[in-house]
Amino acid sequence: MSEKVIDRQTVGKEAAPKGAAPARRRLRDKFGRSALPYLLLLPALLAELLIHLVPMVTGIVMAFKQLTQFFIRDWGSAPWSGFDNFKVALEFDAPVGKALLHSFWVTCGFTVLSVGLSWLIGVTASIFTQDAFRGRGLLRAAFMLPYALPVFAAVITWSFMFQRDTGLINHVLHDQLHLTSDKPFWLIGDNSFWALLTVSVWKSWPFAFLTLTAGLQNIPRELYEAAALDGAGVWQQIRRITLPSLRPVNLVLVLVLFLWTFNDFNTPFVLFGKSAPQAADLISIHIYQSSFITWNFGQGSAMSVLLLLFLLLVTAVYLFATNRRRGEAE
Amino acid sequence: MRTHRISAALALTAAIVLTASACGGGDSGGGSNSSPKTLTYWASNQGSSLENDKQVLEPELKKFEQQTGIKVNLEVIPWSDLLNRILAATASGQGPDVLNIGNTWSASLQATGALLPFDQATFDKIGGKDRFLESAIASAGAKGKDPAAVPLYSMAYGLYYNKKLFQAAGIANPPATWEELVQDGKKLTSGDKYGIAIEGGNVSENVHNVFTLGMQHGTGFFDASGKPTFDSPEAVAAVKQYVDFIANDKIAAPGNAEYAANQSVTDFATGKAAMLMWQSAGANLKSHGMNPDDYGVVPVPAPAGATGDKATTSMVAGINMAVFKNTKNLDGALNFVKFMTSDEEQKTLNGTYGSLPSVKAAQSDAAFSTPELQTLAGVLQKSAAPLPQVPTESQFETLIGTAVKNLLASAAAGKPVTEATVKDELSKAQQQMPAS
Repeated sequence: MSEKVIDRQTVGKEAAPKGAAPARRRLRDKFGRSALPYLLLLPALLAELLIHLVPMVTGIVMAFKQLTQFFIRDWGSAPWSGFDNFKVALEFDAPVGKALLHSFWVTCGFTVLSVGLSWLIGVTASIFTQDAFRGRGLLRAAFMLPYALPVFAAVITWSFMFQRDTGLINHVLHDQLHLTSDKPFWLIGDNSFWALLTVSVWKSWPFAFLTLTAGLQNIPRELYEAAALDGAGVWQQIRRITLPSLRPVNLVLVLVLFLWTFNDFNTPFVLFGKSAPQAADLISIHIYQSSFITWNFGQGSAMSVLLLLFLLLVTAVYLFATNRRRGEAE
Repeated sequence: MRTHRISAALALTAAIVLTASACGGGDSGGGSNSSPKTLTYWASNQGSSLENDKQVLEPELKKFEQQTGIKVNLEVIPWSDLLNRILAATASGQGPDVLNIGNTWSASLQATGALLPFDQATFDKIGGKDRFLESAIASAGAKGKDPAAVPLYSMAYGLYYNKKLFQAAGIANPPATWEELVQDGKKLTSGDKYGIAIEGGNVSENVHNVFTLGMQHGTGFFDASGKPTFDSPEAVAAVKQYVDFIANDKIAAPGNAEYAANQSVTDFATGKAAMLMWQSAGANLKSHGMNPDDYGVVPVPAPAGATGDKATTSMVAGINMAVFKNTKNLDGALNFVKFMTSDEEQKTLNGTYGSLPSVKAAQSDAAFSTPELQTLAGVLQKSAAPLPQVPTESQFETLIGTAVKNLLASAAAGKPVTEATVKDELSKAQQQMPAS
């Protein structure tokens, strides 16, 4: 999803005008006024079609089929089921719908907390490392470490640390700090939500940090100097200069983080395996389980389509709201 | 240059047409012998690592190549990926020629229609059906249909017990009934040492154990017509009995609820738990430094005086070998199956892996006469039942295994587990079964 948004922007802005400029006249005679830009867009369009649209349409078609293991060998022959898969998914009184709704709310809460915390840590860290000091480069590099590690290796390490009896977390919390009366479970039961959130924030805040650091470098130093001369304190400078200047960066950052986190599959999958505890049953894992573990691919596709619609809606509302606000500001 | 481009275009078109026909081709993918010199073999992970499997299998494959001139390309696939890889191969039609499947998936994979049925004629080509153990054949496909695979390695559950710990607790004999097991377990539990270790985070282990208990209570989790009966009183009793190890009897450590990487075997090997229900644990225990003299193996307990299905003490565990229907080397594939299930290879491979041969003639070999394997072979012959051979088996495994995992997690966190909570969880699992 998120990559697609970026793709389209770069394609639209760069590819067309660059190629069109030098040979414009000759080609205009040949293809007419507007053919060339489209021609130049064609490869990208074809790629988009193959990489994104075909699988998407396939998925949508599957959502209307009764696709179980009986038909997987030749899924075209699976019987049509109309809106049955959707009905089952949205029947919130019955177990399937109830479980889906539950995992939807879990995912919403998880996403809001994870994105919020990642952003907060990212913005704090980038502001504090903005001024040069001894060891800044090293510190910044250390911040980027989680972002550079392979997800699997990182998350599996976390899962070792979260083990109840042998893990580092309980060793510190219980044995050393005596904060808990008993060793809590982190990978099963209700605490699993917090374990998942911890890993997710750990994993995604460096991206926020990187993006925001880049954003900060674009703010002219003179603004701060002038503000300081006028007697503005650090907090006021952050509120009046830093945050407003970062708005365009934040718009993209929050959207991208939201989409990544909402769809995150790797973290819960590596942390909990194929069946996540209920408290941490993210929607991506839930759909995976419906399609691949219980072999009900039609049902899983229907849930995916619903998820896609929801994310499209959220993205549209978000972009609309933020664009309008920017329009008002200008 | 020009011909180059044309051939490239042709190749691309061909690829597209092929993919398209593979997607919608239906029954077009029958076996043939158009590529008789090579075979692709997907082996499951049996040894201590994927590398170890390659070391075990490569010399045997060389032997086969010398005998037949057919080169076998080996790929060892970890269990966590195997089912999805098989599904992908089924959907795309681009699979191996010969593959390993977990025997509990037999009926589910059979229903996809992608595997070659072993009818009388096919069995004749690999040396006949009668060579195999009946219980192992029963786990190779739905009743009344030709098996979709043949058994390759066989295993069964046994109760492993630590002799020293039993002696120290003043227990003369290993338990034969569940009442005895719980009593002994309580005697053996003190401090951070527990009576029994279970693998509560492992969905498959959970379902295997509650299946055995279910049979003893009189349910196979499906009725005669193949409909799930997950929340029957018998099923509730069976699942509750298992969860109670942590919830009520407290003879298993609460931490066992999150075990999913064979930690229970480690706990048993290091004396942290005195009993373990496991299939062919010998090789694994040895790698943890436990001497075979230190433990004994008996059948898993059954209710006193039980007979027939109620005397079931294990599921039929094992690995089957299947042939993809659309193989391009049908004769070679069957030849390879014949080779791998030959008496000699059965002795070699099962001897190395610590499993039991699935052909009768190989069972008498000295390699399988250790007390452990003798016990397990007895279980397999007398008191093992295959998991329900219904098309929805793989769903059953996941849903019930997960339900038990959730219940164990609640129990471990100190929440009360009653018959009502068990029934609730099982009903939920049943309602998530797709209509078939």
